[in-house]
Amino acid sequence: MERSEPMDPTGAGGGTREVVIGIEIHVQLLTASKMFCGCPTEFGAPPNTLVCPVCLGLPGSLPVLNRRAVELGLRTAVALGCRVHSRSRFHRKNYYYPDLAKNYQISQYQYAGHPPLATGGVLEIQVGGRPWRVAIRRVHLEEDTARLVHPAGTGGAASSLVDYNRSGVPLMEIVTEPDLRSPGEAREFLNALRRLLQFAEVSSCRMEEGTLRCDANLSLQPPGGPPGVRTEVKNMNSVRAVERALAFEAVRQHEVLARGEVVVQETRHWDERRGVTFASRSKEEAEDYRYFPEPDLVPLDVDGAWVAAIREALPELPAARRDRLIATFGLAAYDADLITATPAMAKFFEETVTLGPHPKVVANWLSGAVAAYLNEHGVEIDQIALTPARLSALLLLVDEGTVSGRTAKDVLVEMIAHDQEPEAVVEARGLQQISDEATLRVVVDKVIADHPGPAAEIRAGKVRALPFLVGQVMRATGGRANPEAANRLLKERLS
Amino acid sequence: MAIDWATVEHVARLARLALTDEERERFVGQLGRILEYCARLDAISIEGVPATSHVLPIVNVLREDLPAPCLSRDEVLAAAPAHEQGFFKVPRVLEAE
Ligand SMILES: [Zn+2]
Repeated sequence: MERSEPMDPTGAGGGTREVVIGIEIHVQLLTASKMFCGCPTEFGAPPNTLVCPVCLGLPGSLPVLNRRAVELGLRTAVALGCRVHSRSRFHRKNYYYPDLAKNYQISQYQYAGHPPLATGGVLEIQVGGRPWRVAIRRVHLEEDTARLVHPAGTGGAASSLVDYNRSGVPLMEIVTEPDLRSPGEAREFLNALRRLLQFAEVSSCRMEEGTLRCDANLSLQPPGGPPGVRTEVKNMNSVRAVERALAFEAVRQHEVLARGEVVVQETRHWDERRGVTFASRSKEEAEDYRYFPEPDLVPLDVDGAWVAAIREALPELPAARRDRLIATFGLAAYDADLITATPAMAKFFEETVTLGPHPKVVANWLSGAVAAYLNEHGVEIDQIALTPARLSALLLLVDEGTVSGRTAKDVLVEMIAHDQEPEAVVEARGLQQISDEATLRVVVDKVIADHPGPAAEIRAGKVRALPFLVGQVMRATGGRANPEAANRLLKERLS
Repeated sequence: MAIDWATVEHVARLARLALTDEERERFVGQLGRILEYCARLDAISIEGVPATSHVLPIVNVLREDLPAPCLSRDEVLAAAPAHEQGFFKVPRVLEAE
């Protein structure tokens, strides 16, 4: 996978101004029903089939808050070490746009002594091998909007189409303080936050499916000087896009300042194809949302007992899981990091280990051949036809000497590609390891005859050429020869 | 408290209302009188009275996270001025560019 290198923003001239980044993310909460009504939250249903009077904003309908959504918000607040407010309220954010049938979004807004669900947390990330604490400003709950489709037509179609299935789906917004100092740090933060929310079972956090969305703001601050003018960057659909967009924006602002111009405070959209940000007119000419308390929802009170119960039931978070895997199974830090990259991988590892294979062998396979496959195909471990039982069976075949370690890597790929048991792949493709001496001796004799030079060296006592001949035996058998047997037979023949 | 022409125009734009000059003039007067009426509350001393958005002594009305039946799409779209392929059809809107 290609990796983007953050550009050096100071390379564009304009002095040693520091990049200052803040992040705002929205995640879809793992609930079965919407925030204020019982409509299911499932993805991909035919348009306007998961709607009711509440999420369509029909007159006379009344919202009722989803308990699970509140619990997931509280779980996040606890995991981020936030202060949970004893009373929070919901507000109406008024705007006129067809993605909300009501003409307002129910959200939690902070004003006049009305705090959101939680404020003031921290998430620790690793920057250059050192811990760096990113302050969390706020965590609040709100509802998602409808999906708009703009059919392409010659000269642009005259209409837009609206699907209200997503309208009212529970969202949580998390806002950081401007504590990030480079696009790379923003990437690390997003990865760490996503991992935390996945392990906490709060959200699936799949950016490509829109269950995690990220906006970022960036400014340049002169050393010891006042904060610079910031721009907000939107429309980034992957962590890599966030990093690229911010790197572009940092250079752009530097260039603006180097020309003696000023940075304009504005919203800019990331164009993935062209690799640039561009200024976009806001959908509201005047950003005037006329917030006021939602009269249809009563206040939300959270007492210490509720928070304690949430803390008690908090799933094991990534850092704790990593430390436990190292302590329990003696894993190397590198393997433990990779295995706790996603909850699915961590679960896969622990389930495989309970089936018998040695933990370090499982870790090697997961961080080696399996990780390579996942990277190559851009998938997660729970999206492929590999199960702990199948991996464990494959490792047993290696252990028994039925297949060589090298062949096993090919078997793994075949198993995944054809959704098959390892035994079936080995059987169907004749990949059994050749340990039969009579068979191997024929191959060994041919290799010796074909390579008289190295053979003579070994006969003269220079064993350095031996691995070369073993390699030739492996090659001649398509990797199926038992390397130890080949080694032994070659020595026997050349002694 | 007086309300001016520009404020009426601003509110009308936010609500996507196209007003005639005659209507705007009328609303300047009407909205102004409503606000004047409300301004009488300013005369009352509210020292020590907390800001109140809900007057009922009720908190935490929550529902369990259980899916409930939805409307049929025919019912949903019956109320739409226009629809196409199961979608509501609205005048074209674009978020950017
Ligand atoms: Zn609904």
